[in-house]
Amino acid sequence: MTGANRFSVIGKRRVRVDALSKITGQTQFADDIVLPRMLFCKLLRSSLPHAEIESVDVSAARDYPGVYLVLTGQDFPVEYGILPVSQDERPLCRDKVLFVGDPVAAVIARDEQTAGEALGLIDIRYRPLPTIATVREALLPTDTPLQEYAEEANIHRRLAYSFGDVEAALKEADYVFDDTFFYEGSTHLALEQHAAVGVADPDGRVTLWSSTQCPHYVHRAMAKTLEMPAAHIRVIACPNGGGFGGKTDPFNHEIVVAKASLMLGRPVKICLTREEVFYCHRGRHPVTMRLRTGVTRDGKLTGMHLQTLLDGGAYGSYGVASTFYTAVLQPLTYHLPRYSYQACRVFTNKPPCGPKRGHGTPQPRFGQEIQLDKIAEKLQLDPAEFRLGIVEKPNTLTANYLKIGTNGLKQCIERVVTRSDWKNKHRKLPTGQGVGLACSAYMTGAGTAIYWNKMPHSGVQIKLDRSGLITVYCGATEAGQGSDDVLVGLVAEVLGIEPIDIKCVTGDTDLTPVDLGSYSSRVTLMMGNAAIQAAGRARDLIAGAVAERLEIPVDHLGFAEGRVFDVGDPSTGMTFCEAVICAEEKHGTLVSTGSYAPPKAVAKFPGAGVGPSPTYSFSAAVVEVEVDTETGIIEISCVTIAHDIGRALNPVLAEGQIIGSVYMGIGEALMEEHTTRRLAPRLSDALVHRNPSMLDYKSLTMHDMPQVHVEIIENPDPNGPFGAKEAGQGPLLPIMPAIANAVYDAVGVRIDELPITPEKVLKALNLKASGREPRIGPKRFPEIDWPESVFVLPPWEGGDGTASNKPERKRAAKMHNMDKVATS
Amino acid sequence: MTEANKITRNRPGNVHLSLNVNGENLQVSVAPYKTLLEVLREDLVLTGTKHGCELGECGTCTVLVNGQAVLSCLLLALECEDVEIETIEGMAKDRKLHPLQQAFAEHGGSQCGYCTGGMLMSAKALLDSQPQPDGAQIREALSGNLCRCTGYQQIIDSVKAAAATMRDGATSPGGDTP
Amino acid sequence: MMRLPYFRFHAPETLEEATRILAGEGPDAMILAGGTDLLPNMKRGQQTPKHLVALRHIRPLRDIRNGAGLTIGAGLSLTALLGHQPIQQNYTALWQAAKLVATPQLRNMATLGGNICLDTRCNFYNQGEEWRKAINYCLKKDGEICWVATSSKTCLAVSSTDTAPALIALGAKIRLVSAQGERVVDLKDFHNNDGVNYMGRRADEILTEVILKPASGWKSTYWKLRRRGSFDFPILSVAAAVKLSDGGTVEDACIVLGAVASKPMVSTKAAEFLIGKTIDDPVIEEAGRIATRVARPVDNTDLAPPWRKKVIPVFISYALRELRGDDVTALRQRVAHQARN
Repeated sequence: MTGANRFSVIGKRRVRVDALSKITGQTQFADDIVLPRMLFCKLLRSSLPHAEIESVDVSAARDYPGVYLVLTGQDFPVEYGILPVSQDERPLCRDKVLFVGDPVAAVIARDEQTAGEALGLIDIRYRPLPTIATVREALLPTDTPLQEYAEEANIHRRLAYSFGDVEAALKEADYVFDDTFFYEGSTHLALEQHAAVGVADPDGRVTLWSSTQCPHYVHRAMAKTLEMPAAHIRVIACPNGGGFGGKTDPFNHEIVVAKASLMLGRPVKICLTREEVFYCHRGRHPVTMRLRTGVTRDGKLTGMHLQTLLDGGAYGSYGVASTFYTAVLQPLTYHLPRYSYQACRVFTNKPPCGPKRGHGTPQPRFGQEIQLDKIAEKLQLDPAEFRLGIVEKPNTLTANYLKIGTNGLKQCIERVVTRSDWKNKHRKLPTGQGVGLACSAYMTGAGTAIYWNKMPHSGVQIKLDRSGLITVYCGATEAGQGSDDVLVGLVAEVLGIEPIDIKCVTGDTDLTPVDLGSYSSRVTLMMGNAAIQAAGRARDLIAGAVAERLEIPVDHLGFAEGRVFDVGDPSTGMTFCEAVICAEEKHGTLVSTGSYAPPKAVAKFPGAGVGPSPTYSFSAAVVEVEVDTETGIIEISCVTIAHDIGRALNPVLAEGQIIGSVYMGIGEALMEEHTTRRLAPRLSDALVHRNPSMLDYKSLTMHDMPQVHVEIIENPDPNGPFGAKEAGQGPLLPIMPAIANAVYDAVGVRIDELPITPEKVLKALNLKASGREPRIGPKRFPEIDWPESVFVLPPWEGGDGTASNKPERKRAAKMHNMDKVATS
Repeated sequence: MTEANKITRNRPGNVHLSLNVNGENLQVSVAPYKTLLEVLREDLVLTGTKHGCELGECGTCTVLVNGQAVLSCLLLALECEDVEIETIEGMAKDRKLHPLQQAFAEHGGSQCGYCTGGMLMSAKALLDSQPQPDGAQIREALSGNLCRCTGYQQIIDSVKAAAATMRDGATSPGGDTP
Repeated sequence: MMRLPYFRFHAPETLEEATRILAGEGPDAMILAGGTDLLPNMKRGQQTPKHLVALRHIRPLRDIRNGAGLTIGAGLSLTALLGHQPIQQNYTALWQAAKLVATPQLRNMATLGGNICLDTRCNFYNQGEEWRKAINYCLKKDGEICWVATSSKTCLAVSSTDTAPALIALGAKIRLVSAQGERVVDLKDFHNNDGVNYMGRRADEILTEVILKPASGWKSTYWKLRRRGSFDFPILSVAAAVKLSDGGTVEDACIVLGAVASKPMVSTKAAEFLIGKTIDDPVIEEAGRIATRVARPVDNTDLAPPWRKKVIPVFISYALRELRGDDVTALRQRVAHQARN
């Protein structure tokens, strides 16, 4: 562990600061809030997948005993959405419903039972519209697109980028591998169902308590839809009972209860049922993808062209970002001299997709890591050695101008190869047993905010006073990942005090400085850097006063073990509390602040803002499986994973994040499916969620989870707080392809689509037995009318990060290519 | 007759229940359709018992009834008189954490904390009847509690560590997985 | 929060009182035993009884009596059943089946009688009220069409009980008691292959006990297919019992498949085939082939029907291999996701 001994808090296996309230049941989640005179809200949801709302009659519901208020789409004239470019949601649908589960009306009553009964009295007349159930249907021309801003048909967004002349690079290659994959959608399934409480103040202001990962974004959406000044709205993020990206959008129910409380002057609570949570979704997009990769005989990549097609569901959500993310992080792991991609997201009559752990990146990583396995086999290379030969360097730019700082991927691969005994297992185990390896990289915080602004991404304030208590304020949200612990741990480290002497107040827009939220693995790094800055400034305030009192230079002072002292003579000094008093005497009331904004994107081409991050984490995993050849049933025997985390601030939590990621990855690989069911079209227009329950949406139980061996690679990154990088998302990414590769090693069949079910394995085994290609997966990528690519020359071809589709620039590129061909 | 009258006529009124929760006798008047989960959370404000589906599909609402782990979402409150109910709020005795709680805190057994109460209840039922379980017994005893954060490994470590503590009567030597 | 609708609650303390209430209230009344099947269904509006008659206070329903064989009170919880040593030794299939039901918590609550009477299940039926409205309901409840097979005249919801196939393989009988009297029926004749009218219990009858014949000479086993190691209902189960001679010849046999139709399916032909043979590999294969003929998996459970059909003979072979004495512990763990015990 690098330099950990110079720390007193960082790097130690500590009990997280919120553990005791959690293990005693004291933590207040949103649904645990009980307020005097509180009323309860339930939503009526569409039973049709696509329809115009002709009329809504709520009179019977309004008259029902115990009902206080009924709201409909007419009560919410303003649209909202997480991204400025897709303001396409309403708290309650007004004109159209776009999927089964889209909310249409709300009843607020004395209790949930009454509200639920009154929902049954609301009479809605619909005019059905054609059901768009598949991406293929969404690509067809239509008069009734789900969203008016669709580019054409039901196409939400198409992207096309080319970093160098990829077609030429493929021509140069000794081999071009052309593979198509499918990655099924999945959902977050946080155990806590979304809940929110709206509380109107007598002075016309409103407070919302909610299970949200992003109180700041909820705050903005509320100001917009309630048409109120943001300053009159307070959003408090309760600790989330799991998030995984599922609570990062502002949600209709949050706005509804806030509005209702304002209208009634009483607190209004809503807690969604599990089925409703499936309708909120915003989970993993189902993605069909095609990768064409050029490779030389000696195992170097020459270029890659990636195409992705995302089934977005009914609304925009984070969709444009998701679409970028199915492509932009691809060049991080291995050196790709040239890279191009085309990505397309469509609208369908399904719950909207959005960001789930790994946001958009697990899908192409799945395709790429399986393709690399196929390449290694063809080139007769060991998959680990092959990857070691192409891993991207640290401190470099990628073809698409992502700036990589530290990069521990090589160490990750080496570590899992050793720990798993890879060399004695790969292609050497008896039939039915196999090992698979895969790698990945992920960002540590998105370099750009959801909306364009020049302000900090995270702010921290510290209040100190004569009691000796330190209170740390930050808008970050505790979603289980341990952000409160990171915040307190870092401040404790800087001030040389114990975590118990620090109180943190987080996720409260009235009290805490803005932090953008718990998404994109940004909190540890961004909040952490802001916290270190704020704590450093507090320390300076104290040090100045103490140095004066002790009559020694400031730089002779040490802060440790709850004391401030002369490092040359530790007995000269005072308790931390006395030191704060000193400072309060000298400076008056004490407060310090810190803020953090990530470095600007290196490149200037349009869209260059998606992908850059202050630093990237890297992971490698080896999965060992047993495949039963009679049934196709797969058992994961064990997983070895190495993760380049920069520095583990609290190893217990870091390991927890890594093992939890592995768990969720296994689920996605083997069983988690967020899908819909189309009934026979000649009999019905219905398109319903296939499995909206904890029983039918399969997630691993304790019996299904294998042993995970965790290797933490610590290589402190200068951009991270004490060198830390993310751990909550990256370690999920290698798991799915590693399992697919292990299945291949075990029984020689390629399952190029997720989930890998026993049925698919058995089918592939039968294909193999009958001498046909032992592969299950999509046959071809659909035809899409792509726009012209934004063309950017890679850094090593003389590019400066600007786009140029001007002929002369293209010609220059071509000339450069010819030079390269000539000289190579 | 209005729709509303048709729905509400002949409805039974609230029932008065006498419940023994965490050793306390509590009197409460509740709507007759309520499950133990609803009464604990809404009428007794013991919100430490959480819920994830209310259909018996996740284990989050696990409490102990006469020492057995049961799902409070599928138990009518009406059927809970004359039994001893134990919830997460009753686990620490005399302001002293149960060894399981201590171990969950130390070994990462709780991340978001939402499954934790139910998980601890199942774990306590196990250790009360089988003080030194092996890994397979722990898995089996906790297999009715879903967790989305931890991947279960640190939970299993925590239960092992707690069992060791209870055996040695001393501080846990640590429950790292080999 | 999913909530129960209003109902009237009855907690009789004697069987007589319970049967009297059931007789008086008619089909509006339903029996509440463990509640693990009925209450979720009520929360989703699949069942809408106006009266619940709780059996918890009727103590004799939890008795276990030794006679010539074993008589088990239908109100016994599955956990209590599992704690009964003679069941594990002599009626292994029942013990294994009970052990594989759902989760520890649900087994602590669920009763043997409740599992035998478990409502049939279907992906188009085990959904919330609003979901079912979105498909305009189905044949099982409130609708006209069976969405699993739109031309089907009967409901194809799946028998999902674990214990019934095991008990049938063991030749169990059940006692049904009503205000009008009582009757004992062979469990194999109790269920109907109709997802709606899936069992022969009248609404006014209480299943009071399960009567097992002496187990001497019999060996039995139960295999369950499901996606995960807990929670899940079976998507296939194989209960098999054989009586072997000293020389290892099959003297009598019973093979029952669960979760492949609206009732547990007995393969009389497979049993007839096995009698007089020793359980060698070719016999196992042929028995599997014959027994699979009674199965009709359709697309209304987890995982796809063609695959579920393909693995039926495989699971039968596991069961028969176990009965002839093969060590299948590892296989059970890996393929059936069953924890070792």
